[in-house]
Amino acid sequence: MSEEKNKTLKEITKNKYQYGFVSKIETEKFEPGLNEKIISLISNKRKEPKWMLDYRLKAYKILQNMKVPDWANLNIKPIDLQKIIYFAAPKKNQYKSLDEVDPELLKTFNKLGISIDEQKKIAGVAIDVVVDSVSVATTFQDTLKKLGIIFCSMSEAIKNHPDLVKKYLGSVVPSNDNYFAALNAAVFTDGSFCYIPEGVKCPMELSTYFRINEAGTGQFERTLLIAQKGSYVSYLEGCTAPMRDENQLHAAVVELVALDGAEIKYSTVQNWYPGDDKGNGGVYNFVTKRGVCYKNSKISWTQIETGSAITWKYPSCVLKGENSIGEFFSVAVTNNFQQADTGTKMIHLGKNTKSTIISKGVCAGKSNGSYRGLVKISKSADNARNFSQCDSLLMGQNCGAHTFPYIESNNKSAIIEHEATTSKISDDQLFYCKQRGIPEEEAIGLIVNGYCKDVLKKLPMEFAVEAQKLLEISLEGSVG
Amino acid sequence: MLKIKNLKVNTETEISILKGLNLDVNEGEVHAIMGPNGSGKSTLASVISGDPKYVIKEGVLEFLGEDVSEMDPEERAAIGLFLSFQYPVEIPGISLNNFIKTALNQKQKSLGLEPFSAKEILARIKENANALKINLDFIKRSVNVGFSGGEKKRAEIFQMLMLNPKLSILDETDSGLDIDALKIVASGVNKLRSENNSFIIITHYQRLLDYIKPDFVHVLSDGKIIKSGGPEIAKMLEEKGYDWI
Ligand SMILES: Nc1ncnc2c1ncn2[C@@H]1O[C@H](COP(=O)(O)OP(=O)(O)O)[C@@H](O)[C@H]1O
Ligand SMILES: [Mg+2]
Repeated sequence: MSEEKNKTLKEITKNKYQYGFVSKIETEKFEPGLNEKIISLISNKRKEPKWMLDYRLKAYKILQNMKVPDWANLNIKPIDLQKIIYFAAPKKNQYKSLDEVDPELLKTFNKLGISIDEQKKIAGVAIDVVVDSVSVATTFQDTLKKLGIIFCSMSEAIKNHPDLVKKYLGSVVPSNDNYFAALNAAVFTDGSFCYIPEGVKCPMELSTYFRINEAGTGQFERTLLIAQKGSYVSYLEGCTAPMRDENQLHAAVVELVALDGAEIKYSTVQNWYPGDDKGNGGVYNFVTKRGVCYKNSKISWTQIETGSAITWKYPSCVLKGENSIGEFFSVAVTNNFQQADTGTKMIHLGKNTKSTIISKGVCAGKSNGSYRGLVKISKSADNARNFSQCDSLLMGQNCGAHTFPYIESNNKSAIIEHEATTSKISDDQLFYCKQRGIPEEEAIGLIVNGYCKDVLKKLPMEFAVEAQKLLEISLEGSVG
Repeated sequence: MLKIKNLKVNTETEISILKGLNLDVNEGEVHAIMGPNGSGKSTLASVISGDPKYVIKEGVLEFLGEDVSEMDPEERAAIGLFLSFQYPVEIPGISLNNFIKTALNQKQKSLGLEPFSAKEILARIKENANALKINLDFIKRSVNVGFSGGEKKRAEIFQMLMLNPKLSILDETDSGLDIDALKIVASGVNKLRSENNSFIIITHYQRLLDYIKPDFVHVLSDGKIIKSGGPEIAKMLEEKGYDWI
């Protein structure tokens, strides 16, 4: 973004600070700051029922007694919740067609070789584009409706499916789980809701693109996905953000419920603005993602994390039911001054529960990447099994890769395996590629993609291509 | 095609390896280079291809009439240089198939040409794999990962045929091959051999030269070519060893 444009944006924001809450302008925005009044305004604005407001206010009380967690291997500037704007709706709430979506967003997609248009055409992909906090476009609803699948924005779900929301919201990630979860519960403005009825195999990949649109607005998405007994769903979540000067806070919560025999695949490509090569700007990404697995069910988390200045994210599985399976496949790329502390928690409660963790960290520039994982086997979890593999790939001398595997085993029958490697792209590998005519950047992209293959191959096809290109883009200029 | 004059080369750590080497390779010629271990054969191959581990201190290195001493390795590759490595390196997670496709189309791009269609590439892959008795499952494996010595060498020659270079340098491609594999490798070279394409074949053994008839044989020792001549030199070396010179 040009400096001038940035200045204008800042001026606009400043103006709004003076006028406070303005309701009838093109972009609706609240004044910055967090208090009960703001929370009531959010709830009001969204015409929420009272129970929802109460839920938020309760979370706000909890938040006031919590502190920003400091155990992660991250260097974070203090976050001032009072400086954040908690609600911003785009000019238009509903796009008639996806063509009306911001051309900047489309440009990003094009750079990735994947336009929404194209996406729309790919049979089996339903896209719910979230620009800032309000869901603006939903497609393929009809097909889904016929199967009884509900795929809508959280706002709609609160309106149209209050019983489901009441029953499951906060059931996996309660408001008192952690600071950012409490914050999210208090102020979340939208997100996606998905319900798959018993025995239904969702025939298409459900896909959401998130995007931060307004300067200075926090993103507090709330996603709730319920897979009824014996059902199956694959859900894709992609995030792209344009360049921003200021740090932006993103604190999302994702809750998955896999009932008996259900299977949920949840894939993420996270490409928020990482800040510039001097370490200015970028998104602060604090996400709580967790799924609970009932009997014979399975949850797979796959994530490609290339963006954000700071990533704090541990998609987890609570393996409650017997024979349930949790999987975590992750690629986390950090470049320049990015910091990532990411990993997973596998909590084994049921008998014969299994978990697999494959984490690939790629660090370049002056960045820092940490894997933090907990494998917990409770007393009741007879014959639990875990396999973890945590690999780090270092590029250059100035980056750091760290692994913090925590294992708590309270049952002697558990089998836990952990493997870890640290490697570098060797000069010989680079020379070999170059000798074949492949220039350095492409060679690095190729080698990194190869290194991440075990994770990439878990992604749905249309996402895998995007992810591969993202890896290359995010490592541009990382060597030489 | 290749012109090397008084080439002096050091390692990055300033160890002198090539000490004034001369070599001229013309279109269509096959040159064999023999010489004891550590004499600088692989270094020569690396320097011609642009490995940054080596520094040219003095001399001339021209390829296709152009001074290439400052040229990036990928550019040299693009204009038609190929090296079959003595020790091909592993690249996990990238199939040989994918790798060679990337290489081919990068080369097209560097030359300002249109990329090959998937169909064209597949046809070429099939043709060349057939010629080298490589089955297509092999090509799906990660580049050199878990390949046997012989498989690695065969994969190198496969890439050579795919890329169709003007000058191919084979660094001990015959070492460790059984007689059948040796014949296959030789047939690959002979397939590419033409009045336009040239080869430098680094080898310790006469037996490869039974299948690929060289026009010239050079003996490299302590960073210099100390003897040049026809195929008869290889025969003499085989019989009498390097002491004979
Ligand atoms: N990168 C390097 N650093 C230090 N010494 C090297 C390096 N490369 C080659 N050498 C040395 O240079 C000499 C020639 O090596 P090489 O060209 O591999 O010989 P050849 O291929 O004829 O067996 C050897 O003594 C080897 O140890
Ligand atoms: Mg050698």
